[in-house]
Amino acid sequence: MASYLTRALNGDEAVAFAVKQCNVDVVSAYPITPQTIIVERISEYVANGEVHTEYVNVESEHSALSVCIGASAAGARVFTATSSQGLALMWELLYIASGLRLPIVMAVVNRALSAPINIHCDHGDSIGARDAGWIQFYVENPQEAYDTIIQAFKIAEDHSVLLPVMVNLDGFFVSHTLEPVKVLPDEVVSNYVGFRSNVKVYVPYLGKEVHAVLDGITPISLGIIALSDYYYEFKMKVIKAMESAKEVIKKVNDEFKELSGRSYGDGLITQYGVEDADVVLVAMGSAAGTIRYVARELRRKGLKVGALKLRCFRPFPTDELIKTLRGVKAVGIMDRALTSGGYGGPLFMEFRSLFYDLDEGPEMINYIYGIGGRDLRPSDVVNIYHELLDVAKGREVSKVKYIGVRM
Amino acid sequence: MSTINLRELARKGPKLLPGHRHCSGCGVPVAVKLVLAAIDEPVVVVTATGCLQVATTIFPYTSWHVPWIHNAFENASATAAGIEAAFKALKKRGALGGGKIHVVVFGGDGGTYDIGFQSLSGAIERGHDFLYILYDNEAYMNTGIQRSGGTPFGAWTTTSPVGKLIPGKPQHKKPIADIIVAHRAPYVATATPAHWADLIMKVKKALSIEGPKFIHVLTPCPRGWRYDSSLSMEVCRLAVDTCYFPLWEHEKGIWRLTDRSLAIFKDPKLKKPVREFLRVQERFRHLLMPGNEGLIKEFQDYVDSVWSELVKRVQASN
Repeated sequence: MASYLTRALNGDEAVAFAVKQCNVDVVSAYPITPQTIIVERISEYVANGEVHTEYVNVESEHSALSVCIGASAAGARVFTATSSQGLALMWELLYIASGLRLPIVMAVVNRALSAPINIHCDHGDSIGARDAGWIQFYVENPQEAYDTIIQAFKIAEDHSVLLPVMVNLDGFFVSHTLEPVKVLPDEVVSNYVGFRSNVKVYVPYLGKEVHAVLDGITPISLGIIALSDYYYEFKMKVIKAMESAKEVIKKVNDEFKELSGRSYGDGLITQYGVEDADVVLVAMGSAAGTIRYVARELRRKGLKVGALKLRCFRPFPTDELIKTLRGVKAVGIMDRALTSGGYGGPLFMEFRSLFYDLDEGPEMINYIYGIGGRDLRPSDVVNIYHELLDVAKGREVSKVKYIGVRM
Repeated sequence: MSTINLRELARKGPKLLPGHRHCSGCGVPVAVKLVLAAIDEPVVVVTATGCLQVATTIFPYTSWHVPWIHNAFENASATAAGIEAAFKALKKRGALGGGKIHVVVFGGDGGTYDIGFQSLSGAIERGHDFLYILYDNEAYMNTGIQRSGGTPFGAWTTTSPVGKLIPGKPQHKKPIADIIVAHRAPYVATATPAHWADLIMKVKKALSIEGPKFIHVLTPCPRGWRYDSSLSMEVCRLAVDTCYFPLWEHEKGIWRLTDRSLAIFKDPKLKKPVREFLRVQERFRHLLMPGNEGLIKEFQDYVDSVWSELVKRVQASN
C-alpha cells in the first residue's frame, strides 16, 4: 500500500487533483456552477506547467465534448466536466462518444435543470442521460470523487469496455464541501493509470490490424453512416461493453484497494447493516452518507435497518442487488430526480422491475427528495425508516412519496 | 509557390476513392479531390454531417483513403480543434513524431453559415492550426433543398418557395468569408472546382501558414439549383464571370483577386451581367419572368456593390 498525504480539498478540487495525476492529454471544458472550480484548478496546473495537458478553452459545452471526441479519436486521454444545462447542451454528443467507443472521462457536478433556473443539486441532469451509453458513478464525498476519477480512466480505457465514464458528484454537498482527502503520491497514480493504450482492430480493406486512432496516415473512417442493416449491431456492441464493464469495475475496485487501502464495496454497491436488516434504504451520492448515519443511530437502538449505496448506476448491478436485497422485507428507494407522469422516480422503476420476478420480493416504497438542492435532514430519514419498519409489518402506505416539499 | 504539374497530379493516387454516392454532376467530390490532391503531408479529414458525409461512408463502405472522422453537424471545427490539441499533447509526451499532420475540415453551407458557425468562430478565435473548407451548395441539399444562410437572394428552395406573396428567399447570402476575415484569420480565400489550379494553389498556400485558414468553395448542385448535371463546371465559371462569386484571397491584411476575377479587375469589360448566371438555373426561373425585373435589378445591384467593395479593398492593399 502506497503512502499518502492528507489534503484539505473540496469535491471539485479533489477531482482536479486526480486529473492532474492521471497523465491526461487534453482537457476541454466550459465554466458552469458548481463545476467551475474543477476547470479553474486544472487551468492553474496547465498555466504552471505542472502537467503536459493541452487545455482547450471552448465557447460552449457542446464544443467541449466535441473537442474531447476529436482528441480521444486521435488517441489522447481526455477529460471534461460540466453540470446541468451544460450536460443538456452536450446531449447529442453523449451518444456519439459512446457510439464511437471513446473512453472519455467526465465529471458531472449534479445540478437541477432549468426552469426555474437553480444552481443546487439534484440528479435530473445525469439521470436524463441514463440511456446515452455512459458508465455512471455517483460519489458520496470528496475522497470518493478523487478515487473514482482515477478508477474511471482505468475502467473507460479497458479494451473490453471502451466506453465513456461519467463521475457524478452532488453540487455543493460534495463539490464545495471541504474535507480531508487522502491523496496518493503523483508517481503512484501515474504508474497505475499509465498512458492511454490504443486498441488495435483488424480492418478488412487494409488487410491488417491497425490502431483505431486518427494518426494522419492510417486510412480509417470513424463516424460513418449505418442504416437499418447495421445500426442495431453497432448499438448491441455498446450493450455488450456495458455488461463487460461490471467485472472491470470490480477488478479496478480491488486493484485500487491494494494501492490505497480504500475500496467501495464490490465497486458497484456498498452496504451497511444489510445482512440482518428488515428494512433497507437505497440512495446515490451524498445522501448515502446521511442514510448510513441514521441507520447507525437506529441500529444502536436495536432497530434492524440497513443502508445501501448505489455507487454505479450504469451498468445497473442487477445480480448484485438481487443477491443483497432479496431477503429484506421492505426497501425504500431514494430518488433525487423527477419524472413527471411516470410511476415513481427513475431508480424506483428500475428496482421494481428488477425485483418483479421474485416470489417473495421486498415491498418497495419510493421517496423522492432533495430536488433543486432541498435539504434531506437526518430527521426525515428517521421518519422514512420508521415508516418502512411499519411497512415490513404489513402496513399499507402509498408507494410514491415526495419528501420535504410544500404541496 | 511552384506551378502545378497536371501530369504529376493525375499520377497521385486519389484520396477520395470512386464508388461514393454523390449525385451525378455534383460539384462536391470534385472540390474534395482537388483539395486532397494539393496535400502531400499526413492529414486527418473532419467532415460535418451533410451530403459529403453520408455519400462517402455508407457502412460497410468508405470512400476515404485518408484518416477521417465525422462527429456531428455543428461541431466539425471543435472536433478539428480536439484533434489538433491531441497531436500537440502526444508530441509533448513523445508519443507522436514531430512531423506535420494537417487537419482539414469539410463543412457544407448549413454546417458553416448556420448551425456550425459558433464552433467555427470559437476555433478560429482560439487560433487552432487547421484548414476549413466550406463546400457551399447554397442550401440544405442532403435533406432535400432547404434554404440556408448561404442561399442567394430570390432562390427557390423547398423552405423558400416561390409563392404568391414571397418570390423565393428574401435575404442575400451571409458574407461568410468576410466574417472570417474579420476574425483576423491568417488566410481566407474563395475558390471553385472549375478554377482548379487556383483552388490547388490556395490550398497549398493555406497549409504553409500556421493557424486557422478558411477557403470558401462554391460547389454547384444540379438537383437543388435545377440545371443539367453536365453543366456544373460551366455554372462555376458563370458565377465567377458575373462576379456573383469573385475569386480572391486575403492574407495579412492584403486582398488579392485571383484567376478569372483578376482578369475582370484588369479588364472590366469581361464582367458579364448576373442574368447569365441566373438563367441557366431553374431555381431562379421566376426572377426572369415578366414583372420581376425589379428582382433582377436588386440581385444585380447587390452583386455590383459587393464587387466594387472588393475592388476597393484590393486597390487599397496595393
